[in-house]
Amino acid sequence: MIITDPTGAKKLDSSMSQNILNPQDFTLVIHTGPKQEIARPSLSYWQDAWIRLKANKQALISLIIICLLLLFTLIGPLVWRVDPAEQILSRISESPSLTHSAIVLPPLKPFVAEVIPTIEAAPQADGAILPAPTNLEWLDKPSVQSVRMRWTPVNGAAGYLIYRSLEKPRGGFWGLPVGTVTSGNIVSFEDTFNLKPETIYYSVLAQNGATSTHAITREITLTPGIALNEARVLQPNTQPGDKIDYPLRPFGTDYLGRDLLARLMSGARVSLFIGLFAPFISILIGIIIGGLAGFFGGATDQWLMRFSDFVLGLPFLLFMILFRVALGKGAGESGITPMLIAWVALAWPGAARLTRGQILQLREAEFVQAARIMGAKPFYLLIRHLLPNTFGVILVSLTFAIPGAIFTEAFLSFIGMGVAPPTASWGSMCNDGIQTFLTYPHEFLTPALFISIAVLAFNLLGDGLRDALDPKLRSTP
Amino acid sequence: MLNYILKRIATGIITVYFIATATFVAMHLVPGDPLASAKAMRPEIRANLEKKYGLDKPLLSQYGVFLGNMLKGDFGISYSEKNRSVNDIIRSHFPISAVLGLLSLFFATLGGVLFGAIAAIRRGKITDRASMFFVILGISVPSFVFAAIAQYLVVKLNHTAGMTVLPVAGWGTFSHMLLPAVVLGIGSLALQTRLMRSSMLEVVHQDYIRTAKAKGLSPLRIFLFHQLRNAILPTVTILGPAIASITTGGFVVESIFAIPGLGRYFVQAFQQFDYTVIMGLTVFYGAFLVGMVLLVDLVYGIIDPRITIAKRNI
Repeated sequence: MIITDPTGAKKLDSSMSQNILNPQDFTLVIHTGPKQEIARPSLSYWQDAWIRLKANKQALISLIIICLLLLFTLIGPLVWRVDPAEQILSRISESPSLTHSAIVLPPLKPFVAEVIPTIEAAPQADGAILPAPTNLEWLDKPSVQSVRMRWTPVNGAAGYLIYRSLEKPRGGFWGLPVGTVTSGNIVSFEDTFNLKPETIYYSVLAQNGATSTHAITREITLTPGIALNEARVLQPNTQPGDKIDYPLRPFGTDYLGRDLLARLMSGARVSLFIGLFAPFISILIGIIIGGLAGFFGGATDQWLMRFSDFVLGLPFLLFMILFRVALGKGAGESGITPMLIAWVALAWPGAARLTRGQILQLREAEFVQAARIMGAKPFYLLIRHLLPNTFGVILVSLTFAIPGAIFTEAFLSFIGMGVAPPTASWGSMCNDGIQTFLTYPHEFLTPALFISIAVLAFNLLGDGLRDALDPKLRSTP
Repeated sequence: MLNYILKRIATGIITVYFIATATFVAMHLVPGDPLASAKAMRPEIRANLEKKYGLDKPLLSQYGVFLGNMLKGDFGISYSEKNRSVNDIIRSHFPISAVLGLLSLFFATLGGVLFGAIAAIRRGKITDRASMFFVILGISVPSFVFAAIAQYLVVKLNHTAGMTVLPVAGWGTFSHMLLPAVVLGIGSLALQTRLMRSSMLEVVHQDYIRTAKAKGLSPLRIFLFHQLRNAILPTVTILGPAIASITTGGFVVESIFAIPGLGRYFVQAFQQFDYTVIMGLTVFYGAFLVGMVLLVDLVYGIIDPRITIAKRNI
């Protein structure tokens, strides 16, 4: 007994158990539905690719990050209306923070060091190690403008050394020497360096020919303050003791007192412009040259491909630098155009090779031959069949070229061969920031973070696109 | 094979020639002349200098002189460093860059092969994921960022330890080389790891591995003599580009770590428009890179017979 219909099988089973066959069991089953059903909706190549891309979590997140970066670049300056070139000199190299108010400080009174007449100014050195001064106290009201201190004198000291440190001193490391008192009977000191609102440790050591190994250390946390004359620029008629609101600097400021967020936005415009536009143009040229070579073949192909091999053989970064220097003449140039030209001149062969390979492969494909047999003209073949089918591969190579261009821009600007100051780009901001990296890491790290995130996102999107557009090339998971 | 080698050498020579020509043309596109930057000088001194450097001749014959001197291996005298020949600069500073480059290349290849192989063998496990994460990081973060962060961390480390565990700048001993070499190699290390992992994954499932297992060989022996040996080939191909990126990446790392290598001179020469040094160093670097890529390709052809045959047919 051959059973083909699964719905019939059950019926058969039940009837078998009863061992009775009814005439109904032998009625003709009439199919009412369609003979053949396509279970899934028909999808075009791009719809299919999009579904595959959506399944790839990494690529999707990268796509979102790229969109956010574009928003940051394009919409950001409309929302964050701070001039990237505006300088506030009292706010140089400020760390990122959301606090943006300060107390207006009274004008500084002249500092007169306190002298204790009963103590000898320069006693005879006896080689003994001096104890640390005791009881370090703050005079007046310490502010970011000046910290004044006094300590009880040490017997036998010929002078004192004052150190300042951002970390708790230990292991004989007292920090930065900020001052020396060269007399044993002067027991007060004023530190007036341009201080930041942070916690500072002051250490005082007595000295007597040799420096003592004992120090008194005291910490002080300074509150944000602004000098009266600077405050009056922002807000006239301010009095000492008033609270004044600074403009907000969420990402901090750079070494010239410019807003880092605004600079990052204007830098993003340059970096992403070069990063997107340079590969786009170079790939366009690559498509034209590769397309011509692949389509016409023969001597054209030979010459064009030898030439592209040759450009490919040139050391890329060396020639980027060379072209950049040769093309970027004159002062006041932003350096963007020469960099674009240099990139385009050097980067097209990759795309040309790729396009040529694709065209050569497609020329022999069955559907193209079929179209040719049906009388398609070469131009129609090119537009309708060849180019659309190379588009996927080209798109993938474009997404991979973008991080390369962002990287190259950053590298060149970093060594001072790219975008010239005052034009901001992420690379040139890194170049500015590295000078003060050890003291103010945020100036370097923020643009570096943006470069890394952009490169990372484009790389991962490229990976995802390659997998989505050409499942055959799917990288081993 | 011989045909292929000769053809490649010929292309290499043409490329170097083109590099030299392009450098010459590029340098003459820049307005001003090398002597303009020097301090004001009397016309007769200037004329003498021009004569000495051959700047008084027409451009085409200057080009001839430049090529002729280059063939003799003479790149002229630096304009900004008086009385110092470009050859001398190369001779005294290139070895430093080369040592740094070699060390970082060694580090990148060794690390890449090891990490990639381990990631492939422990595929999907935490080691694999961690190494792939570092690959992505290594590819996406520019070397100057690594350099700055490494320097920052070592400064902190030295401070915490209260002594110099690792020097953060300068040159001289092996410990000076360690940090810059690691930083310089990170990008190549990431690429090597990725490449090694994918080629290892292909090898792991080959029939001969199953045969080896069936014969009862120890896993270590299979790993060393069957898997690693067969998977390691593609890493050789990437050596050419790796040398290029390490040499040019050296510009940045050398200046951050204050290493007296050639890369620093290269950037400096561009900033000072020191014509002869720019031309000399570009041609030198260019020839070096072209030669290295050629060498790597030839070595690759020799160690993998399949490649040679494939290339001969093209």
